[in-house]
Formats: sequence, C-alpha cells, structure tokens
Amino acid sequence: MQDRLFSVIHGLRADYIEVRLDESQSSRLVYRGERLEEVGKTASTGGCVRALVNGGWGFASFNSVDRLVESAAMAVEQATHVGKVQSEFSPARAVIDTVEAEYKKNPLEVPLSAKKSMLDEYNRIMLDTPGIQTTSIGYGDIRKKVTFASSDGSYIEQSRIDLNLRLSAIASRDGDVQQVGLSIGSKGDFSAVEGLQGRARGIAQRAVALLSAPEVKGGTYTVVLDPVLAGVFVHEAFGHLSEADHIYENPQMRDIMVLGRSFGGQHLNIVDGAAVPGLRGSYRYDDEGTPASKTYLIKEGVLNSRLHSRETAAKMGEKPTGNARAINYTYPPIVRMTNTYIEPGSTTFSEMISGIREGVYARDWYGGTTSLEMFTFSAGEAYMIRDGKIAEMIRPVVLSGNVFTTLHNIDAIGNDLDMNQGGGCGKAGQSPLPVSNGSPHIRIQNCLVGGK
Amino acid sequence: MEEILDIARRSAESAEVFRVTSIRTPVHFEANRLKQIQTKESVSVALRLVKNGKMGFAQASGNIPPADLVSMALETSQFGYQANFAFPSLRSFEQVDVFDPQVEHIGIDSMISLGQAVIDAVCANTAGILCEGSISRGTATFEIASTGGGHASCKRTNFSVSMDGMLVRDGDILYVGDIRSSCRPIMDPSPVTGEIIRQLDLAQRNAPIKSGTMPVIFTPFGVAGSLLAPLISAFNGKTVLDGASPIKDKKDMVIFDSRLFLTDDPTIPYQPGSTPFDDEGMPARRNALIDHGKVVQFYYDLHTAALAGSSSTGNGSRSGGMPSPSVHALVIEGGKVSQADMIKDLKEGVIIEQLMGAEQGNILNGDFSGNVLLGYKVDNGEITGRVKDTMVSGNVYQLLKEVLAIGSDSRWIAGFVNTPSIYCPSIAVSAK
Repeated sequence: MQDRLFSVIHGLRADYIEVRLDESQSSRLVYRGERLEEVGKTASTGGCVRALVNGGWGFASFNSVDRLVESAAMAVEQATHVGKVQSEFSPARAVIDTVEAEYKKNPLEVPLSAKKSMLDEYNRIMLDTPGIQTTSIGYGDIRKKVTFASSDGSYIEQSRIDLNLRLSAIASRDGDVQQVGLSIGSKGDFSAVEGLQGRARGIAQRAVALLSAPEVKGGTYTVVLDPVLAGVFVHEAFGHLSEADHIYENPQMRDIMVLGRSFGGQHLNIVDGAAVPGLRGSYRYDDEGTPASKTYLIKEGVLNSRLHSRETAAKMGEKPTGNARAINYTYPPIVRMTNTYIEPGSTTFSEMISGIREGVYARDWYGGTTSLEMFTFSAGEAYMIRDGKIAEMIRPVVLSGNVFTTLHNIDAIGNDLDMNQGGGCGKAGQSPLPVSNGSPHIRIQNCLVGGK
Repeated sequence: MEEILDIARRSAESAEVFRVTSIRTPVHFEANRLKQIQTKESVSVALRLVKNGKMGFAQASGNIPPADLVSMALETSQFGYQANFAFPSLRSFEQVDVFDPQVEHIGIDSMISLGQAVIDAVCANTAGILCEGSISRGTATFEIASTGGGHASCKRTNFSVSMDGMLVRDGDILYVGDIRSSCRPIMDPSPVTGEIIRQLDLAQRNAPIKSGTMPVIFTPFGVAGSLLAPLISAFNGKTVLDGASPIKDKKDMVIFDSRLFLTDDPTIPYQPGSTPFDDEGMPARRNALIDHGKVVQFYYDLHTAALAGSSSTGNGSRSGGMPSPSVHALVIEGGKVSQADMIKDLKEGVIIEQLMGAEQGNILNGDFSGNVLLGYKVDNGEITGRVKDTMVSGNVYQLLKEVLAIGSDSRWIAGFVNTPSIYCPSIAVSAK
C-alpha cells in the first residue's frame, strides 16, 4: 500500500498532498424501555485526498479505493482552481510508523450476547425503580484503522478502538417528564462500561426525585461545578476559542487572542493535549501526520498558546500542535481539541462551598455549546447551596457565560481533578469526535443561570 | 442489490436492501475568500432481514462483499426483536418532484461567483465583517428492494447556499447568517444577502435589558431553533409509545392556540425534505399533526406502528442505523399579521432570532432555556438594539397555548422547516 500511495502522490503537482484511507467495523445496541430496538453491525471502507496549491485547497472523498487515482487528480485540479497566492503550510519531517490499537479489555472480543446481558441488567435495574416510565440505552464500539500518506514522505498506520455507552432514565407523572442520563466512554477498555449497576440505580432514582424538585429562579448566582461539568465548561468556555482556525484569518480576533493577555486569575491553568496518555482524545499523530503534544492554553491566568493545524500554525508564525483531526474520510482535518482540562489547585470542596449564602451546585453534563464569546453548558444534576451547605435538589440548570468575564470570575479551583470520557465534540458538521475533558471542582462568581 | 437479496434469501425468511448513492460538491469560503472545493462520493447499503422470526441489521459502505453483509445481519438477528411487520413491496407510487437536472449542470465557477456576490454585498454594507459559508450542489439516489418483489428508486437533487458573518467590535462578537436550500438551483444571491444585512442593521448597537417576564416575538429562525425540537420529540410515535411524551394522552384535544396548524409535508415540489417514499418503502404523505390547535396524530415508522397498534404514517427514516420515526418537512401555517405590526404592538419585549443551547434543556417536557445569541430589544414599538449576555427560559406548551399573533412572514429554514414569526405573551428573561 505504501508504494501505491506514494506513486499516486508523486505523480501529481501540488504544494502538499495527503491521502487517508479508513477501514472500520462497528457494532451498536439500542434499547427503548423494555425493547432491544436495534442490534446492528457496520463495516466501512473509504478514503480521501486533500491537496494544497497556491494557498487553495481541493478535497475528494470516495468509498472505493478504485477511485483513488481519479480522486487525487480531481483534488489537485480543484486546489489549482482555488489557489491564487503563496501556500503557507508548516513543514514536517517524514514519519514512517505503525501504531497498533491500545486496549485493555477489547470490546470487539466481547460477544454480542455478553454485551446484551450486561445492558439487560442495567435496563432492568432502571425499569424496576418505582416511578420510572421508560429508559433509553445506546451502546456503540468501533475499531478503526487509518492509513495516512503525504507528500512529506510520511506513511503512518494508526488503529484505535473507541466505545461509548449512554444510559437514560425517564420518569413521568401527571404530564411532567424528567430524565437523567449517564455517559461513559473509553479508548479501548470495555471494563469502563462494566459494573455500573449502582450508577444505573442512582440515575433512575434521581429522575424520579426530579419530578418533585423545584426550578431555580433565573439570575446570577455563585456556582460550584463538579469535575464533569467543569470539564464541559472549560471545553466550551475556552477550548473552542483556542482553536486557531477561528483566529488566524481574522485580524480583530488576533488582537483579542494575543499571547500574554490575561484571561483569569494566577491559579488558572488550562491544558489540551493528545499526548496525555490513555484518554479518549489521545493519539500519537494527528491527521496531518504531526506528532501529538501537550499544550498549555492558559498558564497562570495568561494566554500561553493555542491549538494549531499546519496551516494555521504557518499563517500565525507558531508551531503546529498536532490538533488537526478529521472525524472520518469524508471530511478534511480541522483544528480540534483532544483532552482538555483545568489543572488542579488546592481548595477542598468543603472550603469551596463554605462561604456561599445562596448558590447553585451543578453536577454532571447534558450539553454545551459556544459562539466563542458567549457559551452555554447544561448540568445533569443540580442543588441549591444555602449557608455553606448543599441544600435541596433542583431541576437541572442551563448556565451561560462570556469568555471575557467568566474565566476571571473563577475564584476557587479544587484539588480533585477528574477526567470525563463520556462526551463527543461537534464542529463544522464533524460530530461526535472522541475527546475527553476534565477539571477539579471550581467555583464561579456571578454566573448567569437560566430559569423562570 | 439483487445479489445481496439472493444471498439473504438462502438463509433468511425475508430481506430488504436500502441503498443511497450520492455525490456532493461544496465550495467553501473563509475570511471572505474562496478557500476549498470538495467532491464527496458515497455509496452505503443497509440490509434488514428476518431469520427465525427475528430482525437482523447490518450496513456497509465501500468494498464490503455482499456475503459479509448478509452474515453480519444474520449474526445480529439472533438478538433482534420479533419481526412484527412485513417489508413493503413498493413498486409504483405517486411522484413528487425532487429532481432538477439543471443542478448537475451548474458549473463550479457559477457557484463561486454566487458565494462571492453574497460576500461582496455583505462586506459593502458592513466594513470589517468576515464571512464564512458554502455553496453546495448534490445528487442522491435512494433505492429500496425487498424479497417480496418490491423495488423503487428516487433521485433527488439539492442546492444550498449558506453564509455566516462574524463581526468583532470592541471585544464584542456578533454573528449573523442565513441558509437556503432547494432541489433546484438558487442563483439569486439577494434573498440571503438581504437577510444578513437586515440582521446586521438591527444589531448595530447593543440595548440594555433587565431580568423579568415580557412578551416575545420568535422570528422564523427563532421558532425553528427554539420551539420545534420539543414538538418533534413529543409527536414522535416512539416517544408516545414509551409514555415519555407529555401529549401521549392528548390526542384529539385542543392544547395549543386555535390558530396553530403544524403539518409534516413531504409532497411539496422541489423541497429538500420532500420525497415520494420513506426510507422503508412506504409512500410518503402529508400528515397534519396540529389542526386548529388540536393534537391530530403522531408519526410512525413500521416497527413502532406495529407495537402501538397503529399504522405507519410514512415517517420511517434512517440516520446511521435502523429506521425510526422522523419528520420530513414541517410547515407551521402562516397567519395574517406582519412582523412589523407585531413589533409596533410591543411596548417592552424581546425578539428571538437565534437561541444558543435551546436544545440542552429537558426537551421531553417541552422546556427550553438558552443564551440569546442573536436577538433584539423592543421598546415602545421600536427595535432599540441587540440584547447580549441574556438568557430566556420557557416551556413550549405554555408559550403556544395562547399566542398573540401568527405572522404573515413564513419562510423556509434550511429547506426542512417552513414557519412564520410567532408572537407570545410572556417569556422569562434573565440578564446580568
């Protein structure tokens, strides 16, 4: 394959060409209440060619490798049609490497019948909880091999195994419907989704309890986030703004995101890196063949660095960080996060809540999104904090912030860093990309909470 | 397809193959300039089969041998649900116009000029704005065949224009944008340009807003982005069957304003959501969901309908797995009041254009809560500026129970929703 790909690449004239070939096998189980609604298997092969000519890009994707030569020629032709200026693209040294899939307990070797009986048990526990109306469960695993070759002379084969599980318990009474979910993901370890009986019971009981929980009154509160929700917060509030493709061709954004600008207190350190091992966003090379790294986005409250592809790095005169990722062969790589987290500080949880007269303790996540400046993120579980103590449970809350003020309003960072592997990230139609994010508990002053 | 069915027939009682072949060519613009041209070809095949009375499922794209696909589906059938319906044998059906050969003849250069024309007009209106977007054309062929002898196919073209503008001023970021799509070429840049410029004009300055409850106008974008997701979930036959829909026992009851009509209509010519048959070979049809404020019916695929003792409404849809109920193209019937008259009527209130995070609330219950990404403040019948750092929260059932007016300004949003503005008496606003 290596010779074949290089011969295609060398036969064409472009400033840069890359070929990616994907091969994947996946399986999926979906429950709705009592019913196992779907047991399905998918196999897929496909590939793409991306070419850069005079600053313009061409991209062609296909399912059948027979189309490789023609697609490569088309990508170059398209790039030539677009290109009008000098290409700017960080050089890379040639890498020849093979990365085998890492796994502890390989989900592909777990028979469907075993997956089913495990999920049956979780489902039974939730359905047997008094007050539960129905449930929904989605489990999926995928093994994927990506072969990459580029005009740099790189040839890299990387395989990975990813799995995820989402459990939802839905309670209903008098036309009121409440739900609580649990998401777990792992890079190649099926045991991450085993032994969740207690947590399945917990979410079912919480869904029922929500039926009698009050809603928060909308407004600004002192908010304490648990490590899971704080991880979603850092992803939405700052991670996306660190992606250089939002910045590199926008002079005003470059002014705003100038390195050295203060975004938070001295205690704030935010990291992203695929080189942090063993997490869902970990890999050895990105989809442009750049080795993974670990990047301090914010160091001691100050903007320190950002996430780059080879194009954004070249145009900003900075170094590629190995963050160019494509969800599959039908898309070109774009700048993405990997494993993003707030580094731990020293505040204990009880110190964090002790001074709060009235506040909100928000746990777990339901979703999050950003417009770069303003962002929202929603909790899966929430409580009022009254006189320094966790008080009554309330309906889950949607929180909102503004990147230029909210990070400054973080006034306490806990000592209990935890990574959440259950999420996926969406950007430019490419979703869900495996990422992880995390944080210790954090406290935010003056945070906007939606409510009636 | 026949080869797969032949192999499946040897070991299964019945089988059905669904194949989608597509080619799409998007032209991307970034930072006001042409950036990338793409060509995406794809073929995917999905197989459902019944073995020992149980349903198996597998799908493939690329070079996967038919025998492998069949054996994957046979393996899953051991765990599949009891087959409770027969695969339709669709052969003849009423045509819906969704193919325009003109689309395939639009040259790349015409697409580039169209995108550049939108960008040039927007930049001429507002200095310093950066546009990002794409012009895309594509053709997809849907084919379905079953061992019962059914065979049907449909070819659909698509053309879409989407453009977003980002304006950074004094550390303040404003987003504006529009998206239009059709089965026919869209060669006139002016509707998209006009919409973007309208948003820019209204958002020129920021207006203060205080927490409280106040009347609200949802523009067509606001309706599509804030109010529809809970309704789509509640009318889904599967949500109803599971008892998780708040309207599960409200059929034939008037629970919305009597001026409200909601229809799922896949029969409108040249709309991207239109189709002659659904993804399991059932004829697609126009289904009223809300009529004069009354809950008329829920929407079903074959499997859910069989479980519910109902019949398919032609809403079987595939998005990466087995079919499940989904809407084709929702239409909220337009009213008589212009948006300008709604604004004139409003003493103090808010207009919602884009709500960020609206779908992160408890959609099942009809709740939504989001940050006003693009919205305006109205004082004494006039728009006074953009509202920022503001959240609104509401419940769709409470909001649509009694509305103040339904607009005469219906438009398509991305080709899948047609809606007017809706003017509601009260929404909770939280501001800093």
